[in-house]
Amino acid sequence: MAKIIGLPKLSPTMEEGTLVAWVKKEGDEVDVDDLLAEVETDKATMEFRSFDRGVLLKILVPEGETLEPDVPVAIIGKAGEDISDLLAQVAETVAGSGSEAVTETEAGTAPVSAAVPVSASVPASVSAPVSESVPEAVTTPGGRILSSPLVRRLARERSIDLSVVRGSGPQGRIVKRDVDSYDASSVGFAAVGAERLPPRVAKASSMRRTIARRLTESKQTVPHYYLTIDVDIAPLAEARQAINAELEVAGKKVSLNDLIIKAAAVALRRVPEVNASWMGKEIHFHQVVDISIAVAVDEGLMTPVLRDADRKGVAQIADEVRELAGRARDKQLTPEEMTNGTFSISNLGMFGIEEFTAVINPPEGAILAVGTIRNEPVVEDGAIVPGRRMRFTMSCDHRIIDGATGAKFMAAFKRIVESPLNMLI
Amino acid sequence: MRELRYREALREAMFEEMERDDRVFLMGEEVGHYQGAYKVSEGLLDKYGERRVIDTPIAEAGFAGVGIGAAMVGLRPIIEFMTWNFSFVAFDQIISNAAKVHQMSAGEIQVPIVFRGPNGAAKQVASQHSHSAAPFYTHIPGLYVIQPSTPRDAKGLLKSAIRSNNPVVFLEGETLYGVQGEVPDEGVEELIPIGQSRLARTGTDCTIVTWGRPYYTVLAAAEKLAAEGIECEVIDPRTLRPLDTALMVESVKKTNRCVVVHEHWPYGGPGAEIVDRLQREAFDYLDAPLERVTGLDVPMPYALNLEDKVLPTEGRVIDAVKRVSYSK
Repeated sequence: MAKIIGLPKLSPTMEEGTLVAWVKKEGDEVDVDDLLAEVETDKATMEFRSFDRGVLLKILVPEGETLEPDVPVAIIGKAGEDISDLLAQVAETVAGSGSEAVTETEAGTAPVSAAVPVSASVPASVSAPVSESVPEAVTTPGGRILSSPLVRRLARERSIDLSVVRGSGPQGRIVKRDVDSYDASSVGFAAVGAERLPPRVAKASSMRRTIARRLTESKQTVPHYYLTIDVDIAPLAEARQAINAELEVAGKKVSLNDLIIKAAAVALRRVPEVNASWMGKEIHFHQVVDISIAVAVDEGLMTPVLRDADRKGVAQIADEVRELAGRARDKQLTPEEMTNGTFSISNLGMFGIEEFTAVINPPEGAILAVGTIRNEPVVEDGAIVPGRRMRFTMSCDHRIIDGATGAKFMAAFKRIVESPLNMLI
Repeated sequence: MRELRYREALREAMFEEMERDDRVFLMGEEVGHYQGAYKVSEGLLDKYGERRVIDTPIAEAGFAGVGIGAAMVGLRPIIEFMTWNFSFVAFDQIISNAAKVHQMSAGEIQVPIVFRGPNGAAKQVASQHSHSAAPFYTHIPGLYVIQPSTPRDAKGLLKSAIRSNNPVVFLEGETLYGVQGEVPDEGVEELIPIGQSRLARTGTDCTIVTWGRPYYTVLAAAEKLAAEGIECEVIDPRTLRPLDTALMVESVKKTNRCVVVHEHWPYGGPGAEIVDRLQREAFDYLDAPLERVTGLDVPMPYALNLEDKVLPTEGRVIDAVKRVSYSK
């Protein structure tokens, strides 16, 4: 049965795309993953690949047109199929609600869904399954919370999370009285008879959906196991001080995290079995050390890749990480900068997390989770002395990294961190 | 305090200023022997004679220009337009000469002149004679524009206008001339400064900024709203240029919402200027979009039932206040 194909959202921040060129012509056969067209987004010119098999029956928009996601752009079906109904439907949509394009032609089937690699190692054209349907219980376009300027100021002053306040103004706008009654209802026992509100329903962003899909996939298909090691971080902290003293003239600074990245990169060179990917019938042992750095951004996370971390000095690592993280937060990374890492590092130490287990970013084989520095007593040569400790937990893909291999890596890593001169060997 | 009509308050202002300063004189159509088209200048001719109360031919461009020339050489003319609709044939004199001479003479020459007369719709005088002229003149740097709503403001501000060394556009109202209100007793001189808003009614729930004829529509609407529990604070800018927004901002910070009500058309003008300034100066205090209730965006119809719809009505004011108060 023929279906309407909408313009896919090709990047997390894509609000519109320009259909630069059609690669297929009307009448062409189309296979799943065939290149249909090139679309210029806010980031780059992206490939728009088919999720369907059939014949490109109709091109609905000319080249050069700038469109919002989900606007109908083509009809794919069987050769010679009657598409007059679909054309009428498209005409109605265009005449009707503008950007609120038809997104479903058959119940539960979104014609095109998000195809955004948020993190490493997914080719830009790979996408969600065709049948993935997206619940569109939209409250506000783009998930924006409508609220008056006064309410935004009050929310700042009173530290109120507006996402939990229900708006009573037009289109659900949160107005002053809503914040006032929320205040009253949040004063515990005083709020007798306070209204119990239903959940606020927000549309999941494209990035959020991609994170959900990829992490679910990872946790369901990759057999994770975890190795935790406790490390004396004082030597690395001292090394950092010494390095920063040297860099002061140049006005530069490295963070402990930059040194940890470097130490992990060196350890990966020493235990290369961990720097590997399970690819189904093959194992890829990577010959480069490209480290994905998890960066928290508004509404999600991104993993820009620091290339050749083993071959770079820590000052250069510091510069590049800062630059990548900054652009990640501004959503300025290109897909290339977020793909094809070989190992990930995630650090939640700044939140005081002592240790945690991270979800592997397939097809990478492992991810190292970094905790906070703990000042605590340790026993050294039978005496209790002040210690500075840090815990690292590596999640490993058991299909390629056995326990002993992972442990070997952690031991090598500990040796390097506890004696940073080791990096020079 | 005694009560005077708006026209009497204006007349007193002119008497007092002509008495105080013999450079002040009045010129316009029917201001003398006919005692003024709206009787504002009644008695002035008898007291000050034809040298200082001058009847002119129907030639606004001519007598506006003569007045500007007189001001440039040191006199202090009051030019009465029979209505501000007729000022349009003198537009060039007001804009290109009165408003510019001080700047173009590098400050050498001042133009202490007052142009005054009734402004806005009266009753069934149709599209050509119902203009609210405030947007035309408030647009011009170099002019002061005053539009008093009450007899007291009319007197105190006309006296300040006559004493001002800048050209002043003084907008009165044909329907306001009969309005009665408190005015300071005889012998008590009150000069109301140009460029100062006035708090006309205190309230906590919604700020309304208004002036001229709709001022009274708003006060009536505010009473009805108060009966429903919505207390409006009413502010009259009195001077439209220079515009004093301090009181408005202070009020909006308290009420978090504002409706601006004016007779002139919605496109531009002091109403739009006030909204523009408030959204910037009180942005973090706004709980609702600023709204305006304006004269409708059409040439004034002659038919009375339609004219009543075009001018701001109590109903429209009440609706707007309820909208910004999120109240049904």
